[in-house]
Amino acid sequence: MSNATKAEPNRRDILFLATGAAATVAAGAAVWPLIAQMNPDASTLALASTELDISAIPEGQIVTVKWRGKPVFVRHRTKQEIEAAQNVPLAELPDPQADSARVKKPEWLVVVGVCTHLGCIPTGHEGEFHGWFCPCHGSTYDTSGRIRSGPAPSNLEVPDYAFLSDTKIKIG
Amino acid sequence: MTGHSTYTPKSGFARWLERRLPILGFIHESFVAYPVPKNLNYLWTFGAILSFMLVAQIVTGIVLAMHYTPETTLAFDSIEHIMRDVNWGWALRYAHANGASMFFLAVYIHIFRGMYYGSYKEPREVLWILGVVIFMLMMATGFLGYVLPWGQMSFWAATVITNLFTAIPYVGNSITTWLLGGYSVDNATLNRFFALHYLLPFVIVAIVGLHVWALHVTGQNNPTGVEVKDIEKETVPFTPYATLKDAVGLVVFVGLFAWLTFFVPNYTGHPDNYIEANPLVTPPHIVPEWYFLPFYAILRAIPNKLIGVIALFASILIVAALPWLDTSKVRSGVYRPAFKKFYWVFVFVAVGLGYLGAQPAEGVYLIAARILMAYYFLHFLVVLPLLGKYEQTLPEPRSIAASLGEAATPEEKPHA
Ligand code: HEM
Ligand code: FES
Repeated sequence: MSNATKAEPNRRDILFLATGAAATVAAGAAVWPLIAQMNPDASTLALASTELDISAIPEGQIVTVKWRGKPVFVRHRTKQEIEAAQNVPLAELPDPQADSARVKKPEWLVVVGVCTHLGCIPTGHEGEFHGWFCPCHGSTYDTSGRIRSGPAPSNLEVPDYAFLSDTKIKIG
Repeated sequence: MTGHSTYTPKSGFARWLERRLPILGFIHESFVAYPVPKNLNYLWTFGAILSFMLVAQIVTGIVLAMHYTPETTLAFDSIEHIMRDVNWGWALRYAHANGASMFFLAVYIHIFRGMYYGSYKEPREVLWILGVVIFMLMMATGFLGYVLPWGQMSFWAATVITNLFTAIPYVGNSITTWLLGGYSVDNATLNRFFALHYLLPFVIVAIVGLHVWALHVTGQNNPTGVEVKDIEKETVPFTPYATLKDAVGLVVFVGLFAWLTFFVPNYTGHPDNYIEANPLVTPPHIVPEWYFLPFYAILRAIPNKLIGVIALFASILIVAALPWLDTSKVRSGVYRPAFKKFYWVFVFVAVGLGYLGAQPAEGVYLIAARILMAYYFLHFLVVLPLLGKYEQTLPEPRSIAASLGEAATPEEKPHA
């Protein structure tokens, strides 16, 4: 034994590898459900879409609906608000995006009402750009829901939505 | 460190147990015979005060948990039920809520004590880092607990803090969804926060065990920063000396705690937390509990989300690096005239950040917060390393005995 230069794998080495492999697989299989259980459950995922009748929203008003536990702002924009949103040079925007890429019909802006900084709910018709102002750390958004100043890094998110008819939209 | 008498079991049962599990001897060596430097001042009583507060939080917390319901439609009402219907419920809840404040007050004094007397220096680095770990666990526990009453501040604190993780590039949103168990703070979030709020204090107990273990290996620092040289002359046994001094400190501290709890129980709280959580309305001015304000000010001082979040975490983690950032050979601030001045400037800056964290993040407040934040980091990254190099320090005493003006020092009269 003592003069063997290249040890042949013996029974103990094989057992060591086999138990090691089995323990790794078992640990992985045990940890997976422990971690995955924290992700949204089936009942949360089931609340995927919301419908809204928009015929009752007068020009200039914002209506808030709850979608996936978050507020969604449906804003019936005035002419001036649409023009203000369309006429900003993209170079002036921290997160450049044309207004036309954010709306399906210019009169209707649909955005998730959650500040992209740390998740507070901005208040409408406020702030320098008359879009939204976030009371938490002072981010301001314009009438297209685009970030204009403050610590928020990006524009208010546009959710998936569709016009089911002229007066009805479906979010999600 | 060992010294003074060693344990000799007195009763037959103690002898029997000692041969099987030497726990009585361990307790005796750690809390009775354990030698403490005899020149400790009242700032050294905060370790015992902190231990008391940890136990107080666990005891009041467990009884609150017997009446509290971690479910979004019931949580707020269950708190009101505790306040109005449960026997002594108001006292228990006010003790727990104000206990958290007192716990943080004690930990801040404890940390600033360590900073002044250089307690983090060689060989106490591990002891210091364990302390920072405890502080971070306390912050996590305090935050999780604050969400449980399910008031407006609870809800929006949970939203803002969990959203800090969305700043992480690429995976931030998935991590936040995973933490919340949904797309926003909701029932899944409240339920898990309760489970974790129950768990973490016991993790703290475990880390405190390591902290005290490390302390008992290196021995306590003392106001001179000079290590004990003569155990006989320079230390006294923990019991009765430290035990009694700790008890005196504790009584005064608990007096303050009782005053807060019974006379101004809502002083440190925010009235908006008596409004039930509403996911569709953010309160016009959200502020965290006072003990988070300096860090909140740092978060808001930076106009970029990712950098703001990094600065927030860095401002806490940098404290753990103190043993390597402070390059001075002299341990105690008592013999460092220049350090002393910068130390008090730093205290002012930290308190100032706390003040600014409660103000709206605009105008002069924002500018002031930026200046103080810059100084906060400069203190660690520039002032301390340079002071170690260039400061003209005062001569340290040869020993604790010499500092007390006692003639015989170990060098002159070595003890047998
Ligand atoms: C490290 C120790 C602890 C700290 C710093 C801490 C902190 C807090 C804080 C700040 C609150 C919110 C108080 C309020 O505004 O109403 C709270 C609530 C609560 N905590 Fe703790 N806690 C600790 C340990 C525990 C433990 C061990 C339990 C046991 C289960 C517990 C159970 C509760 C319950 C049930 C509530 C909700 C009732 C209430 O809000 O008063 N806590 N905690
Ligand atoms: S959450 Fe809106 S600015 Fe911070």
